Amino acid sequence: MYKNLNLTKTKTKPLESFVKFFIKFSAFAAILISIAIVFTLLTEAINFFQDPEVTIREYFTATRWTPTFKNPVYGVLPLISSTLYIALIACIISFPLGLFSAIYLSEFATRNTRKVIKPIMEILAGVPTVVFGYFALNWITPNIVQRFIPGSGVFNAISAGIAVGIMIIPTIASISDDALNAVPKSLRMGSLALGSTRRITALKIMLPAALSGIIASFILGFSRAIGETMIVTIAGGQYPELNLDPRKAMYTITSSIVNVSLGDTPHGTTAYNALFALGITLFIMTFVLNIFSDYIARKYRKEYEQ
Amino acid sequence: MKTELTTKKELDHVFTVRDVSVSYGDFTAVKNVSMDMFKNNITAFIGPSGCGKSTLIRSFNRMNDLIPNAAVNGEINYQGINLYDEEVDPVQVRRRIGMVFQKPNPFPKSIRENITFGLKVNNMTDNLDDRVEKALTQAALWDEVKNDLDKNALDLSGGQQQRLCIARTIAVEPDTILMDEPCSALDPVATKKIEDLMQILVKDFSILIVTHNMQQASRVSNYCAFFTTKATDDGRRTGELVEYSDTKTMFTNPSESLTEEYISGRFG
Amino acid sequence: MNSNSVFTETKKERQLKELAFLSILYFCVTVAIVTLMTLIFDVISTGYSRLFNDYELGLISKVTIDNPRDFLTSLDSRDPLKAGIGPAFAGTVWLMIIVIFATFPLGAGAAIYLQEFAPKNKLTRFIELNLTNLAGVPSVIYGLMGLAVFVRLAGFGRSVLSGGLTLTLLILPVVIVASREALKAVPDTIRQGALALGSTKFQAIFRQVVPSAIPGMVTGMVLGLSRAIGETAPLIFMGALTYVNYYPDTPLSGFTAIPIQVYNWIGYPQAEWKDTSSAGIILLLGLLLSMNALALIIRNKFEKDW
Repeated sequence: MYKNLNLTKTKTKPLESFVKFFIKFSAFAAILISIAIVFTLLTEAINFFQDPEVTIREYFTATRWTPTFKNPVYGVLPLISSTLYIALIACIISFPLGLFSAIYLSEFATRNTRKVIKPIMEILAGVPTVVFGYFALNWITPNIVQRFIPGSGVFNAISAGIAVGIMIIPTIASISDDALNAVPKSLRMGSLALGSTRRITALKIMLPAALSGIIASFILGFSRAIGETMIVTIAGGQYPELNLDPRKAMYTITSSIVNVSLGDTPHGTTAYNALFALGITLFIMTFVLNIFSDYIARKYRKEYEQ
Repeated sequence: MKTELTTKKELDHVFTVRDVSVSYGDFTAVKNVSMDMFKNNITAFIGPSGCGKSTLIRSFNRMNDLIPNAAVNGEINYQGINLYDEEVDPVQVRRRIGMVFQKPNPFPKSIRENITFGLKVNNMTDNLDDRVEKALTQAALWDEVKNDLDKNALDLSGGQQQRLCIARTIAVEPDTILMDEPCSALDPVATKKIEDLMQILVKDFSILIVTHNMQQASRVSNYCAFFTTKATDDGRRTGELVEYSDTKTMFTNPSESLTEEYISGRFG
Repeated sequence: MNSNSVFTETKKERQLKELAFLSILYFCVTVAIVTLMTLIFDVISTGYSRLFNDYELGLISKVTIDNPRDFLTSLDSRDPLKAGIGPAFAGTVWLMIIVIFATFPLGAGAAIYLQEFAPKNKLTRFIELNLTNLAGVPSVIYGLMGLAVFVRLAGFGRSVLSGGLTLTLLILPVVIVASREALKAVPDTIRQGALALGSTKFQAIFRQVVPSAIPGMVTGMVLGLSRAIGETAPLIFMGALTYVNYYPDTPLSGFTAIPIQVYNWIGYPQAEWKDTSSAGIILLLGLLLSMNALALIIRNKFEKDW
């Protein structure tokens, strides 16, 4: 009556099984990388703190970082304060510039203007940090900082901070722009229909509505500034003691990692292990900030999902 | 619910559906459907939106398997085999029961590759060119595209795209074709072409069509099933089969008042 | 009270405020653009003579380099006028090849698994959370991990292979996210159409969905690659900064790369080095811009109108 009807299952080909295994493995690589990072940082850092030459107390209280001196002192305080100081300067520069750029892009710019400005921002985001470092040292320092702020050294925290700030403008602008665009259009229309101006709509309606996304972008920008390496290494100098004068050189965690690794640091030495102690300190700082930023960003996505 | 079938007993059964309910999680989209569908006939599912007719047709070739929490209860027998039996491979089911979708969905490839894809995955690679020509001819598209088989399918008009989708479906030689509102995205001229095509295809295939257009159902189908929604205790709406009969009876002398109201345009 | 003041505000006053606000926005957007322009102008004006023209310098009467392309092919030198970027350029090319071969299968594989196959469970969410966090880990941390895992544990030494693999891990999260977006852009109707013809899920995805997403995946890959070749910090740990003045010939050779070479030159105090480092930056920026342009071309050429 009917053609032979056979609806039973056929076998999976071996190639198919292999490909399926491979792509699953690739996805699990994300977990493997995380484990590798935490594990390597942790084990070498533990070696560092078990070294008789250092104590945890010294690491957190000494005000000097001189691992290559004859009597090495491993005090992370000046490094943390330098890192936060330069990141703070970067935030002062990038928060307003990034946020207002985002407001302009999402609330005022025409489609065509967006089409021009967005790629420029993308290019700015793609400039290698070593180039920003060069720019900070050879252009910002002589033409801006030393000209307008007397007493500034060749290596100073202000130039480094400004350059880091410029580097993170695109991050803040693009995430804030996304946050503003995620606010339902009806809210903007409603406000304008009530007779408020575009300035009031932007500042009193859109900005509060997108606030969590904007804050997430600020935190992420701050985290980027803390982890930035080449700019501060090139333009920020290497002053290994506590210093709160931004006209002078400082010494961030990242640039001390670079400088320690440039010296003669064979595996197993205290200085080599110190790299990883600094590494995990930096990792924890950025990790906490990133989690926090992600948490806040998720919240705003939920608010407007439906 | 009553379903009266004024049919000749000797017709071959394609689908035998018994007490079928389809649910997503704790939401039941359509429930307690029992009906028989017949070989080389066009059966139309009509009813207001949300009545579960699309959901039901998608359980006939196990496309519902793709929705993570979809569940089908009851029995759907296809030529005597329970489609939801553990032994049954959904991939084989879909090969034998083709489907045409609401919006034409050709692959972003050449016209030829659109046809050969299904042939290749089903190991029907002998006489590829002949098979392509035969499928396109059956779908009444051959004369329009025979000179540009390597043209991208997305460059065709909407109606041509839909006929290409029908062509690639029949190329793999299914027994049955499911059509989920195949003309809702098309203009009247293209719609007419598809409807004419269905009259030709029904000689070789059994066809199930979901449509929201009653005129279309009355024009093309031999049998007609009318679904509607009813509010359940928790306030959500579940689809139910109201009436199933041959199309002539349904449109001239419906046995349920609900059907009559819907057909005469008093609700829906 | 407050709403009253809105009405009593004169039209002129309101327009003035709107204008002032808009000016602030313009200013903020302009700062980012002008900075980028200044940076590019400064680098080109200092470096172009070293790259393209006869070289003229006040100190030495006139030094002419026979062929401007010498800069691209010469070895590094202690003399700023003779220093070329040849080995570093070759190192960057080596890195690119390794990164492409390692990133594409892993990145595309992970994206296909996560987007098309992964069950929606806690493990998948954990992988996704890992990817989000990895994208925010500072690149210098990847360097430390690469030092511990590839250089030491795997025994690849301070080689171009270690460098390339470290950069691969660095850009993997970005590439996975971009590839997932490309897969997400393929409409569901394509998957359903393929399945309805009796193809397996595997066939539907690998023969229809993935080929449609390839241009988007390649675009993401190129952008990831351009980020990788601009990276400096992670490569410092791969020994790329030690004086390397030869072309790498195997994956296990020592190497240097363009950004590293630039960083090296920036560190020399003599003024002539500034021109040489600028020339290196021009090359680096040129490479990055052409890769971005390539990504844009692929995106526009293959963008489908579903």
